[in-house]
Amino acid sequence: MTNTKYFQEWFSNPRRDIIAGTVVALALIPEAIAFSIIAGVAPAVGLYASFCIAVVIAFLGGRPGMISAATGAMAVLFIGLVRDHGIEYMIPATILTGILQIGAGYLKLGNLMRFVSRSVVTGFVNALAIIIFMSQLTQFEDQGLLMYGMVAAGLVIIYGLPRITTAIPSPLVCIVVLTGASMSLGLDATLNTVGGMGELPSTLPVFLIPDIPLNFETLSIIFPYAISLAIVGLLESLMTSTIVDDFTDTSSDKNRECKGQGAANIVSGFFGGMAGCAMIGQSVINVKSGGRGRLSSFAAGIVLLILIVAMNDLVSQIPMAALVAVMIMVSIGTFSWSSIKDLRIHHKTSSAVMLTTVLITVFSHNLALGVGSGVILSALFFAYKVSRLLDISSELDVAKTGRTYTVKGQLFFVSANSFAEAFDFREVLEKVTIDVSHAHFWDLSAVGALDRVVLKFRREGTEVELVGLNEASKTLVLQIATHDKPGAMDEMGGH
Amino acid sequence: MSKILACTDGSLYAPSIYKHAAWASKRIDSPVQVLHMLNPHHETPLNSDYSGSIGFGAKSALLDELVELEAANARIAQKRGQAILEDAEMVLKAEGLENVSTMQKHGKLSDEIVAYEDGADLIVLGKRGNNANFEKGHLGTNLERVIRSCHHPVLVTSREFDEPKNFLLAYDGGSSAEKAIEYAVKNTLLKGMFCHLITLSHDSAIIEKHKAAVKKLETAGYEVESYLFDGSVEEAITDTVIKKSIDLVVMGAFGHSKIRQLFVGSTTSSIIRAIHKPVLLFR
Repeated sequence: MTNTKYFQEWFSNPRRDIIAGTVVALALIPEAIAFSIIAGVAPAVGLYASFCIAVVIAFLGGRPGMISAATGAMAVLFIGLVRDHGIEYMIPATILTGILQIGAGYLKLGNLMRFVSRSVVTGFVNALAIIIFMSQLTQFEDQGLLMYGMVAAGLVIIYGLPRITTAIPSPLVCIVVLTGASMSLGLDATLNTVGGMGELPSTLPVFLIPDIPLNFETLSIIFPYAISLAIVGLLESLMTSTIVDDFTDTSSDKNRECKGQGAANIVSGFFGGMAGCAMIGQSVINVKSGGRGRLSSFAAGIVLLILIVAMNDLVSQIPMAALVAVMIMVSIGTFSWSSIKDLRIHHKTSSAVMLTTVLITVFSHNLALGVGSGVILSALFFAYKVSRLLDISSELDVAKTGRTYTVKGQLFFVSANSFAEAFDFREVLEKVTIDVSHAHFWDLSAVGALDRVVLKFRREGTEVELVGLNEASKTLVLQIATHDKPGAMDEMGGH
Repeated sequence: MSKILACTDGSLYAPSIYKHAAWASKRIDSPVQVLHMLNPHHETPLNSDYSGSIGFGAKSALLDELVELEAANARIAQKRGQAILEDAEMVLKAEGLENVSTMQKHGKLSDEIVAYEDGADLIVLGKRGNNANFEKGHLGTNLERVIRSCHHPVLVTSREFDEPKNFLLAYDGGSSAEKAIEYAVKNTLLKGMFCHLITLSHDSAIIEKHKAAVKKLETAGYEVESYLFDGSVEEAITDTVIKKSIDLVVMGAFGHSKIRQLFVGSTTSSIIRAIHKPVLLFR
């Protein structure tokens, strides 16, 4: 049955898939070139990578209809590697990234996505948009007012044309018009063009073995980069696949997607490309243009290759202003604008997590760090919130010689102190009953706090009875607690 | 709980599906459950915007648009499905059945049938579905995939219902044909009907098996006429069906691999297609 399903994922929607794939391919060219320039490599690297990744993902990905290629999130991670060690290290880093991602797929690490909260995802998306936008600003340096004018004209075409017709891709029209203007008016003398940014491919990509020593030193250089690349690639891919899941109201195989991304990056590396991942903006464009199946990603890759090989000369004439306009569109389309409005509505902790993710990413240029901090912060906030679900009440017996404490809630390292402080040791009593039937002891700190309370009462000469310990808590208390074992007092010194 | 699962899509074949289900229900004394599947609506994109530009709030705008478009269609489909099921219930009650239940689910029949066939003695399907009028002579798009994924006997109904008085059992000695014999012996569905047992082989081992099968059927109280032929399975069966005015064909389904079928075509499919009678299939 799986074969039939796979076949359907390819061919259930062929006409629209091919059209959407073509629209995507046209939008991929400027992006792939721009991301290559961000990473500090020739445009050929990003273009070959985009072709390889789009085609391999079409076959092996877990989310039909999602577009993967060379991306900004990955490109910014390459900056340091290419600058400090040279482009020859980019290829092994790409291949290692792929291997790590395949490993992640087999270890089913895709399931870890559940720890990435909604706020972190929003932060990731916003940080990504900001990084793409900021990376375009360098293009304005030493270019004068003409550059601003060209970019503004480009944006007018991109956003104005769809109001007149949605039959042709407006970013493409922007590129064609600006290139035409630049060539006919001779603006290319003063303005940068794509051709000035490095070599463009005029041939099909060829298989090659990276030309670097395969030793421990190389590994120690590329490994930290590969880890970040693998994490960022999988994060963006899995986030994007969730977005496409929502669009199409279908489910996807996250772990298969991890393996597919890994395989795509390995292939990209061997063909001289850089590592990439799923693209939020392009996937939105694909779905919007009617693309749903694997064929859309395949068509995007093939059309991209045809265009770059056939249109090689023309592509080099594209003014950078046109690319900058397209990239500004991508960053605007990627940014979650509603999140700004939501800052006032959402709980402060959610906003703090989102903003932390954005700030750390923007300053470190590493989405993995940003997401890591976001996840840790949201876990801390959660722990704090759960710790407040602790309620301790007490009641004096009729005889006034005993007191019953009723503990309700979760006891763990965060709440342990408030638990210990809730008891009144000054009161003179014969017997204290602690009812924990509505409480759960999660860890060492919780049991330690219980120990302290029980022993402290005993020192005052008060008899302590513990009732209602649930099974799970009992196991923990029996293993770890000292109050019920001989010599308990001796070990209390340290506390 | 045992039941007869009748899968309907409200097409031309629906009345015949209900009548066949009612007939089977009376013979094996099982309640009928009617299943109608709402096909996934998201397979055909509805919009055509090739502008390739993404503006402020592109994601949420697109999501809203898709949800709105599909919600309207889905509501219509749901209403239509309810009407189909109400009609089914009415027809079955008119046939004198008391214990009728209906079920409406999302999904594709071929993908989901496994989940709903649990506890079903018999699954009843129409030969063709909604597009019946446009592709005469072709099989329902779902039929083969549904049959392949079912673990229970499947009754594929013809367009008209005539109460079967006799049946033809195509026996090739294989495990699914053996299942059919077993079913005829143990189950009351075919009891009392005249049996034409047909085998296409000159392999002596299979002929021996054929003879054993005849004996089994006769001990179970069937009147059996036995045929041994050579040559094309399809021709022999379609010829016999016409000559002997057979009412129901019983056979094993899709014994060959998918690969072979790709090149040679499926015997099962071509027989279902060629004869205008209901077919009871065993896997």
